[in-house]
Amino acid sequence: MTLLATRALTKRYNGGVTALDDLTVSVRPGIVGLVGANGAGKSTLIKILLGLLPPTSGEARVLGLDPLTQGPEVRARIGYMPEHDCLPPGLSAAELVTHLGRMSGLPRTAARERASEALRHVGLYEERYRQVGGYSTGMKQRVKLAQALVHDPDLLLLDEPTNGLDPAGRDAMLNLIARIGTEFGISVVVCSHLLGEVERICDALVAIDGGKLLRAADLTEMTTVTDVLVIEVSEGTDELAAKLTDLGLAVRREGRVLLIELASDATYDRILTAVAELDLPLHRIDQRRHRVAELFATEPSGPAGPSGPPREEAAHV
Amino acid sequence: MSEVTTEPTGVIHDIGYQRYAGPRLGRRHLFGALYVHGLRAAFGLGRSAKAKIFPWFVIGVVTLVAVVAPELISRDLGTGVLPLYFSRPLRRSDYALARLAAVVTAVFLLLGGPQLVMFAGNAFGEDKMSGVWDEFTSLLPGLAYAAMWALVYGSIAALIASLTGKRAFGAGGIVAVFLVSAPVVGVLSVVGAAEVAGLASPTTIVRGTGEWLFLKELEPRDGGQGLGIGDFGPLYGAVAVVLVTTCVLLLLARYRRVAR
Repeated sequence: MTLLATRALTKRYNGGVTALDDLTVSVRPGIVGLVGANGAGKSTLIKILLGLLPPTSGEARVLGLDPLTQGPEVRARIGYMPEHDCLPPGLSAAELVTHLGRMSGLPRTAARERASEALRHVGLYEERYRQVGGYSTGMKQRVKLAQALVHDPDLLLLDEPTNGLDPAGRDAMLNLIARIGTEFGISVVVCSHLLGEVERICDALVAIDGGKLLRAADLTEMTTVTDVLVIEVSEGTDELAAKLTDLGLAVRREGRVLLIELASDATYDRILTAVAELDLPLHRIDQRRHRVAELFATEPSGPAGPSGPPREEAAHV
Repeated sequence: MSEVTTEPTGVIHDIGYQRYAGPRLGRRHLFGALYVHGLRAAFGLGRSAKAKIFPWFVIGVVTLVAVVAPELISRDLGTGVLPLYFSRPLRRSDYALARLAAVVTAVFLLLGGPQLVMFAGNAFGEDKMSGVWDEFTSLLPGLAYAAMWALVYGSIAALIASLTGKRAFGAGGIVAVFLVSAPVVGVLSVVGAAEVAGLASPTTIVRGTGEWLFLKELEPRDGGQGLGIGDFGPLYGAVAVVLVTTCVLLLLARYRRVAR
């Protein structure tokens, strides 16, 4: 079964900007991370999937429906959490989510019940009767998630759900999304420009750049990826690289840092010994937490050949 | 004053020319008298009954649409809540029409509500059913006129409000369109073409259409002191219809594109 699929999807805006370029991808149900730099085309893709934007060419299917011709049917089964601030400040969260539930076709009482449910699921209890204008950013993000859940959708499209959250808030939001994907049985597409953030909770990842597919991968197939050490020295990077290669380590240069596969704990010792022998000023040595970032950076990419942004995004995580 | 058909009963007495020897007030009093006159005129005191009521009527309706339309329409644009609506089965055109209908109905309730209350009061005061029926038939043109005001003002206000996400700008724009267009009518009617000058302002368009359709019912006491639209009544009616239609179509066009 396919959750969503696009075939040769292209979107050019009137100004001549190409937001999506011949994008063909197919995703199975589950939690899907949609990763790309700002301007990579994530939001455009989401709007096409929602049927809010007609593609210039190509086609998309969501939950087996064509969003272009069956927009209302598609949107009845999707919950959408926009990236930007979208909550009217003068309403309470309970009122707003109830109202939006009714806009999805729920009867009045059902909308009220489900709104309370949804707000409780995202962790808003008595606060839900206060005006949204007085909420913290974290609470607003939760309300946005609740309004996407209120009508019990089959698919959630979350556009940068961790935007503006502190690290603890990010973790809480990601755990919540993971719970929705696993316990509630609702498929989720999470957009993010931070690969390392979403990889933790995703079953599959789709990376796009400049509107083209960079890579689509099922994370369950990626369990064998090894960890990587990042070494940065203030000078003598080339000498160190040569030395480490002589020691039999797989060294790769990336800008001012060296990437070395972490085979075992002994790798640390060998690197430190090499640095000490060359008497180089060691700036940092740390383990990349995000294997997938590494995988995405090293794998040969799509036909376009990636330009900088996603790699940098991936690297800075 | 009194009847003069019979033989004259009043006599003008020649009492001679009287000199005035009373006080003659100074500059302060002249200023004060002119000021008070102006102030009274501003509120329609000392003018015809219609002149007393009409400015309040226009101000009331303009104020209402200037408050309601931005509240319903501009605020949704400003807070960015529209994507939450449009990501649901709700159609864009339905959103726009529902908002428009709410604005129009609000104006209609403001204008038609008091009429309904008066009708209820008068109807219960009647002894016979025929009296109630008479009250009812005299209510209908009033309600129709109110509906016309509501449609024209509501659709213009909704269109203006849909152009901005800031409520203050929306309200300002609406007031500007309604109140600034009024002097244009005055200028045009002086320059010439007085009969069609009213087409320059929505207020006079509605009044003109009203005079054309309901002149007898609307102005039984005021001696027909209206706009002076001559034979151009149907033109006013047609312009009103075109105006409302254009506003609704532009509103729908606006919401086909907005907030994608």
